[in-house]
Amino acid sequence: MKGDYVRKLILSDVRTDGRTLGDFREITVEKGVIKTAEGSAVVTIGKTEVVAGIKMDAATPYPDTPNEGNLVVDAEFVPFANPDFEPGPPTDVSVELARVVDRAIRECHAIDTEKLVIVPKELVWAVHIDIHTINDDGNLQDAASLAAIAALQDCKIPKYDAEKKQIVKELTAVVSSGKSLPLQDTPVEVTVHKIGAKLFLDPTVEEEEASDAHVTIASTEDGSLCAMQKGGKGSFTTEELMRAAEMSIEKGKGLRGALG
Amino acid sequence: MEKKSELLVKERQLVAPGDAVARGLDYLPGAGCYRKNTDIKSKLLGLVRLKDRVVGVVPLSGVYVPKPGDGIIATVSDMQSTFWILDINSPYDALLQLGEATAEYIDIAKTDISIYFDIGDVVYAKVLSVSRSKNVTLTMNDYRAKKLIGGRIMKVTPSKVPRIIGKEGSMIELIKNYTGCHIVVGQNGVVWLKGSNEALAAKTVLMIEREAHIRGLTDRVTAMLKAEGTPGPVEARAEEGGV
Amino acid sequence: MKAGAPEALIVKGKRLDGRGLEEFRPMEAEVGVIPQSQGSARFSFGETKALVGVQGPRPMHPKGLQEPTRTILRCYYFMAPFATSERGRPGRSRRSTEISKVIGEALSNVIFLEDYPKTALDVFMEIMQANASTRCAALTAASMALADAGIPMRDLISSISVGKADGKIIVDVAGAEDNFGDVDMAVATVGGGDAFVLLQMDGVITLDEFRTMLELARNGCATVYGRQKEALMKRYSIEEVSEL
Repeated sequence: MKGDYVRKLILSDVRTDGRTLGDFREITVEKGVIKTAEGSAVVTIGKTEVVAGIKMDAATPYPDTPNEGNLVVDAEFVPFANPDFEPGPPTDVSVELARVVDRAIRECHAIDTEKLVIVPKELVWAVHIDIHTINDDGNLQDAASLAAIAALQDCKIPKYDAEKKQIVKELTAVVSSGKSLPLQDTPVEVTVHKIGAKLFLDPTVEEEEASDAHVTIASTEDGSLCAMQKGGKGSFTTEELMRAAEMSIEKGKGLRGALG
Repeated sequence: MEKKSELLVKERQLVAPGDAVARGLDYLPGAGCYRKNTDIKSKLLGLVRLKDRVVGVVPLSGVYVPKPGDGIIATVSDMQSTFWILDINSPYDALLQLGEATAEYIDIAKTDISIYFDIGDVVYAKVLSVSRSKNVTLTMNDYRAKKLIGGRIMKVTPSKVPRIIGKEGSMIELIKNYTGCHIVVGQNGVVWLKGSNEALAAKTVLMIEREAHIRGLTDRVTAMLKAEGTPGPVEARAEEGGV
Repeated sequence: MKAGAPEALIVKGKRLDGRGLEEFRPMEAEVGVIPQSQGSARFSFGETKALVGVQGPRPMHPKGLQEPTRTILRCYYFMAPFATSERGRPGRSRRSTEISKVIGEALSNVIFLEDYPKTALDVFMEIMQANASTRCAALTAASMALADAGIPMRDLISSISVGKADGKIIVDVAGAEDNFGDVDMAVATVGGGDAFVLLQMDGVITLDEFRTMLELARNGCATVYGRQKEALMKRYSIEEVSEL
């Protein structure tokens, strides 16, 4: 069974592509790829590829944050990315992925949402991040998070016409104000997987299937932890969780560098 | 350092999943228990059952999972040309092949097998085989097997069946004597009653199910039957099956 | 700052509801409360009340989705619309989908799924009243409900929340601490020990704070484990024999 084979390898500190347990595959980040989006990025980690696009709109603020902009993160597991993805409403896996990406950005206030107010208590900028999977060769979570952050860094706020009360458009294209989003941190998610007592990073799709459990840990620029989500049927001890957190913070620094 | 083996519980003690019931390699995990390192732990909320060195736990609730040899009461739910499908009060349905239902020669091209068992019929049958993926087959090739006609059916928690039957059928005898009912009890938790005081018999069965884990049950049941029932022999022919 | 935030969440070492930093709200646990469910239980942390019913193992439909070697565990977490002071929308939400998933994964760690091939095992969890830590109450109750249903498990699972408010680490996050606090971390362990099967954190903490919170969480779960065991033993309490 394929799963058993991968388990045996990991337990002997070996991987099919020759990486160490703590290595990521090659990462590429390309920003500004979707012209119709206010911000966008394509991220590849090995053969895994995701695209994140940001659309912004003027909207009413949420009742409990009347002087802050809104953030919404959605993910679509497009069926061409993996033969196991089926068309239809989001699965619990894709809902979780989007919510965990959202959590990291929100909890560390990566976007200074107080600077996204157009008319206090009435009108604010809503930032809609949509993440679409292009190819799933494992570790969609980390790729998605990286793509979302890269897209935020790429994003330019539209021009707003206060009199006509709408976004300025030239024919059908959104006109940019030229201003970037007010970003104040760069959270990076690293998911740590476990087989037996071995912890490893950036699994391929086969390694993911063989994994006992995983924990996604997001860290900020100053090395604090801002979001965590454990998944899978296995369990982690306290020491394993501490080690996973340390690995995430350490590896996160490298990933942050890839954002450019 | 050699760790001494130790039994941590008493017979019929109530335990929960994860409770350690024994320590050391001298004891073996029976049904309802598992081994973790050198400890034996309970998998279930139930009562400890000890047999020599085997420590098991009998659940106090749970669905019926068929075992070969079980005598059960089943209801015909569907049929094809050569077999019936029966509801056995379990997440698993059972199959009864024509060859296991009768020794007669049947020309299936000309015979509608519903003349033997039709949809809705109730039978007492024996579980013949249970595959690893829980394909269940039954047989009527057993002295106790028969169609159960008339009467009423009730369902109880399968794990309470031994209490309802009693030691060597003593509890069933007791109920029969005071209610004038034929009683057949299937291992699958289905009970068939037919006779003069079916209501009292049903009430008694439910009482046993509720209080199966409490000592002194037989006395309480006897007291209730004496108060509400009429002693006497069961009508019609002698009872077969039920144990 | 969020609208409506109180001036302080902790005053002189006491929280808004009078508790100490590491104090739990009063907990209640009861097993066998829904006769039409195979097994059931309720659990509450103060005003947060969860009710769980287990149906199954039962035939899995459609047959094409059956697993030939094990049961399929399906967990459904819902918040009743009247559980929050402002009426919630009935039915599934992205939040309830995510919570159902993580609870299902936690329970899968201990259930002997292979004992019931080709079946489905359904766990329905409803939050009747919400005052934070709802998923913890739901998971704790689900564990007892499964035991009540006669489902074989390695052990029980116990779940609590820990958090940070006004810079102080707290146990059993409630009310205002959930809305206006800095950190909320939900955890669950097996048998009150050191195996974490559920962990979700939002907020910002240092590595050291994480370790402290994990240790508090472990001890807290062990306390809940004791309450679960008590409730299960009480289910078949000898004192409850009816007089005839």
